Amino acid sequence: MNETAPIQSANAEQPLSPWQLFRRRLKRRRIAMAGGAILIVLYLVALLAGFVAPYGFDRLDTNYSFHPPIWPRLQGLHLVVPRYEQAGSVFNYHIVANDSKPLHFFVRGDKYTLLGLIPATIHLFGTGDKDYPVYLLGADQFGRDVFSRLLYGSQISLSIGIVGIVLSFAFGMIIGGISGYFVGATDTVIMRLCELIMSIPALYLIISLRAAFPADMSSAKVYAMIIIILSFIGWASMARVIRGMTLSLREQQFVLAARALGQSHLKIIVRHILPNTFSYVIVAATLSVPYYILGEVVLSFLGVGIQEPSASWGNMLTAAQNTEYLRNYPWLLAPGAAIFVTVLAFNFLGDGLRDAADTKSL
Amino acid sequence: MWSFVLKRLLHMIPLLLGVSLLTFLLMSLAPGDYFTALSQNPQISPATIAHLKAQFHLDQPWYVQYFYWFKSILHGDFGYSMAYKIPATSLIVQRLWNTFLLSFLALIIAWGIAIPLGIWAAVRKDSWVDRGCSLVAFVGLSVPDVLLSLLALWFAAASGWFPVGGAQSALYDFMPPAQQFWDRVHHLILPALVLAAADMAGIMRQMRSNLLDTLRAEYVTAARARGLGEGWVIYKHALRNAINPLLTIFGYSLAALLSGAFIVENIMAWPGLGRLTMEAFFAKDSYLVVDCVVMATALLVIGNFIADLLLAWSDPRIRLK
Repeated sequence: MNETAPIQSANAEQPLSPWQLFRRRLKRRRIAMAGGAILIVLYLVALLAGFVAPYGFDRLDTNYSFHPPIWPRLQGLHLVVPRYEQAGSVFNYHIVANDSKPLHFFVRGDKYTLLGLIPATIHLFGTGDKDYPVYLLGADQFGRDVFSRLLYGSQISLSIGIVGIVLSFAFGMIIGGISGYFVGATDTVIMRLCELIMSIPALYLIISLRAAFPADMSSAKVYAMIIIILSFIGWASMARVIRGMTLSLREQQFVLAARALGQSHLKIIVRHILPNTFSYVIVAATLSVPYYILGEVVLSFLGVGIQEPSASWGNMLTAAQNTEYLRNYPWLLAPGAAIFVTVLAFNFLGDGLRDAADTKSL
Repeated sequence: MWSFVLKRLLHMIPLLLGVSLLTFLLMSLAPGDYFTALSQNPQISPATIAHLKAQFHLDQPWYVQYFYWFKSILHGDFGYSMAYKIPATSLIVQRLWNTFLLSFLALIIAWGIAIPLGIWAAVRKDSWVDRGCSLVAFVGLSVPDVLLSLLALWFAAASGWFPVGGAQSALYDFMPPAQQFWDRVHHLILPALVLAAADMAGIMRQMRSNLLDTLRAEYVTAARARGLGEGWVIYKHALRNAINPLLTIFGYSLAALLSGAFIVENIMAWPGLGRLTMEAFFAKDSYLVVDCVVMATALLVIGNFIADLLLAWSDPRIRLK
């Protein structure tokens, strides 16, 4: 279509490609665009977590247990960080008057590896003095910076959503395509299996799947295990829908043509049938990512997922289950707010994508 | 109608068999069992442990264990909980009842609030009521159960209006019956509200869009053209058709409800099936985990069955299929 474009005069109505129409409809949905923008920021920050976070995820200082959030304030032209002191009872912090340290950007601090490759020590901000900590979201019971742990945790929680969805949807699409294309016995067996998986309440299935793995594993193994568990559950619903779509697609003439040309069954499924389901799959994937993120959160929260000292949004919330902590140190709920914002952004984007992909609405 | 009921009931049997087989297989893959921890105890002789293992058939391959488990299930016996040292049947029944109570109350609250709100929002489309409800529903859809439960816990602790977790007070056994009942209700309210809130947003949005779709139908225009009152048109003609698809949602919402209950029970210390599953999981009481998963699935399957019955009862086209 693009080759013919220069021939037409500039004024003539150009027919838009479906993709252009889709983009135009999506751009009109401000909320969806906002959701997308939030997600880009969240994922960028997760990617650069080591740099943005002022401290390492496992850096603890029990002198600062339950330190309240510290916000830098403007003093003249400089941002300064006040110092707090425990006065009276334990964990009761007060600002020390006229005692502050300027906040610097690009300061040296804890070691980390940028993007998992480059060892570095430069952090976006900090005071460079351990007596003047910057706890934007306070500290937890071990005196660890909640903000830093939130960022490191987002690496795990956010990436599990994407990796999990890609794995289970790819698997679900191929299985669903095979099921709908071959019909008969193959179809029956696959669909009964899907029904079996979908009839167990998700969390009960997750826990029994978790039981099949050893209790203590390395962080990397736990990460892989969570993805395997969530994908094992997620593919079934995808396969069912794709199967339904394939059932009608396989009767279409282009499939008949491909078959007449002697293409293999697998090629017909992957190259000709499945691409027709993409618009549905992309919308469904966007709306399903939150379930994968929440799956990780629940597993880690219950103590059978990501283990301390590694940070994930789920295991950070475990501390908030203690009502005594919760009442006095509400900043421990910060990961909950992060989960909420992420899920909301995915829902905004997914809703917008669905409306934009719907060709009936113009 | 009866053949439909029978067909659906028969369909449940292979499903539950499959679920129990799958969970059994998964539990057998688990490294170690309940007695692994006991064998570290020098006071218990290896012979005792071997004897106990044999008693629970834990020394046999998993399919033999499954066979024994299945045989006792047929006798209505869920075996003996290794960790609790009591018959699993009484444990399961008590916890299942608690989960049922929690889910059922949440269901009533959620549907009782969401349906009228959905109707209201649809009838007053684009008014501030509609916009407000839509916004709240959208936000509500995104609040994770975990966060909502923690907030409720915080609320209970901060206000002191509700007990912080549990199903009954410490002095429950010494209370007169009326006070006992109130004590139970008092403990039930907050978890049920949390569970209902998580479910409400989806139902409301569905009700609203269903009713809006029906109001666009030609028979509604015809009814209006014949001069029927607006209330009559909406409640007598449109609403009855708009409710139908919701009965399908009912089945899906049950699955979400049971998973939600799992989280709420574990955070708010409600002694239901979900909490029992976690306790059994940590104690490596593998038969109890299987029992819990099978019972939760049965609860869901029966709920779906009831939803199907309601649907068949309200829509004759389905009965004929």
